Amino acid sequence: MRTRRRLRAVCVAVLCVIFVVGLFAGTVSPYSYSKQFRERPNAAPSSSHLLGTDSLGRDLFARLIYGTRVSLLLAPAAALLATLIAGLLGGFAGFMGGWCEKLILSAADLSMALPLLFVLLALRAVLPLDIPPILSVIATFILLGLLGWPSSLRVVWAATKNLKNSDFLLLARATGCTRWRMIARHVLPNLRPILLAQFWISIPVFVLTEATLSMLGLGVTEPLPSWGNLLRGLEDISGVSANPWRLSPLILLVLVVICFQLILPAQEETA
Amino acid sequence: MPSPSPLKKKLVLISLLAFALPARAQTGGELHFCLRGEPKTFNPILVDDDASENIRYLTGGVLIRLNRQSQALGPALATSWSVSHDRRTITFHLRKGIHFSDGTPFTSEDVAYTMRLLMDPETHSPTGDAFRSSEGAVQVQTPAADVAVITFPAPIAGLERLFDQVAILSAHSPKKEMAVLGPFYVADYKAGSYVLLHKNPNYWKHDAQGQALPYIDSVRLDIQRNRDIELLRFRRGELQLINRLEAEQFERLQHDNPAVTRNAGTGLDAEELWFNQSPAAPLPEYKKAWFSTKEFRKAISLAINRADLCRIVYAGYAKPAYGPVSPSNHFWFNASLEDPKYDPQVALNLLTQAGFRLDNDTLKDRAGNRVEFTIVTNSGNAAREKIAAMIQQDLSQVGIKVNVVTLDFPSLIERITRTFDYDACILGLVNTDLDPSGQMNVWLSSGENHQWNPSQKTPATAWEAEIDKLMREQATAATEKERKGKFDRVQQIVAEQQPFIYLINKDVLVAVSSNVVGAAPVVLNPAGFWNVDILRLGPASEFGVQK
Repeated sequence: MRTRRRLRAVCVAVLCVIFVVGLFAGTVSPYSYSKQFRERPNAAPSSSHLLGTDSLGRDLFARLIYGTRVSLLLAPAAALLATLIAGLLGGFAGFMGGWCEKLILSAADLSMALPLLFVLLALRAVLPLDIPPILSVIATFILLGLLGWPSSLRVVWAATKNLKNSDFLLLARATGCTRWRMIARHVLPNLRPILLAQFWISIPVFVLTEATLSMLGLGVTEPLPSWGNLLRGLEDISGVSANPWRLSPLILLVLVVICFQLILPAQEETA
Repeated sequence: MPSPSPLKKKLVLISLLAFALPARAQTGGELHFCLRGEPKTFNPILVDDDASENIRYLTGGVLIRLNRQSQALGPALATSWSVSHDRRTITFHLRKGIHFSDGTPFTSEDVAYTMRLLMDPETHSPTGDAFRSSEGAVQVQTPAADVAVITFPAPIAGLERLFDQVAILSAHSPKKEMAVLGPFYVADYKAGSYVLLHKNPNYWKHDAQGQALPYIDSVRLDIQRNRDIELLRFRRGELQLINRLEAEQFERLQHDNPAVTRNAGTGLDAEELWFNQSPAAPLPEYKKAWFSTKEFRKAISLAINRADLCRIVYAGYAKPAYGPVSPSNHFWFNASLEDPKYDPQVALNLLTQAGFRLDNDTLKDRAGNRVEFTIVTNSGNAAREKIAAMIQQDLSQVGIKVNVVTLDFPSLIERITRTFDYDACILGLVNTDLDPSGQMNVWLSSGENHQWNPSQKTPATAWEAEIDKLMREQATAATEKERKGKFDRVQQIVAEQQPFIYLINKDVLVAVSSNVVGAAPVVLNPAGFWNVDILRLGPASEFGVQK
């Protein structure tokens, strides 16, 4: 237990450092993420370019930390949105029951049946073209948040259903406790660990979904970097073996996903 | 002294021939390479995709063959031909004593049968579309077994060249389109896996020593969409040819084994940028005004560093594009066109003349609108995405803000052909035809592929009207020289008006194993195996296992 706590502290520290570097990317980075040093494409790491340059001669270190800002700030925002929707609808369905429950669960099932990738493709296609890249990114993450709630909803709904049938809620109802007081004082505090777990689980999922979308050229658009579009540089495997520093976005992504997984409360802690 | 017996004479001749051939070359063997997709048809008159086109080239016998190296037409199944002065009638004199792969004799009746099928509207032949100059039936007369006279209802530009695509079918063979006159015939096909071609025992061509061609016994075409796997298999020695390589792949291969890489030169295909000038476009009026201003388009062209595009995006395996015709198209390229220039200062001067002004590194128009537009291109094409990112930086030097949006292909096509809801687009133009008549649908203002403003009822501008007139005139001109003069003027107008801003022409990059003797890749399709009938295979590949 103690080891786990220590490990969790290390993970939190690592995530905090990465977050802070991403947040102050403009100060930390020596160059703009879009500046092309055309005389130095695919350059090896040097004192002027710590991680070398990409195929267009852009500083890879600058792109990595700006990409961190995009991926690590927007993925939690999308996770928060998805968890809030799941918490509200799941809690409501579980607590109210009846036709309301059936309707919400059917909607969740329908959403889960939709192929997320194609829905995102279609939605991106109908977005106006002249929106700036940063708005396009925000729109992408909002879409991820709006479409990513159904699996969390099922968990929240099941937990609420259990709570509703619990002895302490029966007792509260017997003592004349109002419905809203029961939700505020008894249901929500008991759902908190589940909602938190869903939130932490969703962050790496959204980071990876954005990475997948960018790998397909549909997420964050040029010249704005994200971990996803930085990972596209790995498509050329032999290029990577020649320039192994191109693996840095992948290493960072793996590190962040592992850290998020390790800081999640253990099952026995949430129980 | 007794004269040598005929058998001895033959043996001596064979021995001499063996010494005359390159030391490593031999006849027979199997050439192995890949198709990038499933062939949709083996019927040569229905060909509409690259894979089927390759099969048609390898199996089809044509009356006239375009020599891919010299770009000149030469006799094939027809020993000679003549075109009437009005360019409506072509008379072929056919080779005698030729048979299809199944033994059925070849006569002028087969030519008539092929033309009837080709021009039958029910057949929906894409090859036949090129011959449909106007309403009316095509007449085919066969005054003799070795003479065919074909008369079209209207003159056709470059008529004889079109026959390079017409593989003759047998009118009498029970095997229908599987009976062929080309060097190979389809022996086996497994959907999604391979097409196996065997040597046609009745192929009409012989080498200078009288030996029957082709030298190779069979060609195995594996169906493989993944280019990395194709390259890996080539490196392992499992394939002997890669017909077209991407610049990155080519460079990697050249690094490992330069002997197997062949750069055939600047290809016909171009990458281009254009602005949406459609009046139906749901764009603000000020943007429509920018895009329809000649100086604006010329300034954009001047501000793009094409040399950098070639060097960085294509690793140097591309050339800055002059215009609609690549310099590799020897006859039709207008050599008097100026080199594409890169000069941001001149671009800025042009913009100033057109009423734009630079305000704190931001370009604004007369009304004070910031000059900002979005370039769309198809997602998943790394080269185009890089081009767009580089143009983004180039144009920022003249104060223009460019956004880049990648869309999946169907959405992109929807925008550029139906809704016209886009500012500018980068796409590639695939040029399979040397003759300008193949580009009619691009240059005529009524054409659907007149991308900057398609399907116009009447030409929107005077210069488009002039292009319409010149394109129609070149199509009916009596001589090639006259046609060339008119198309040169079209290229001049395009260079002046820049409706398409041509960016680069990619090099044609081919990989040929060192055991393939006689390969001479060219820029025209099929680049690596255009002379398949004289290719020979030597001992096992020297590339061997991957280094």
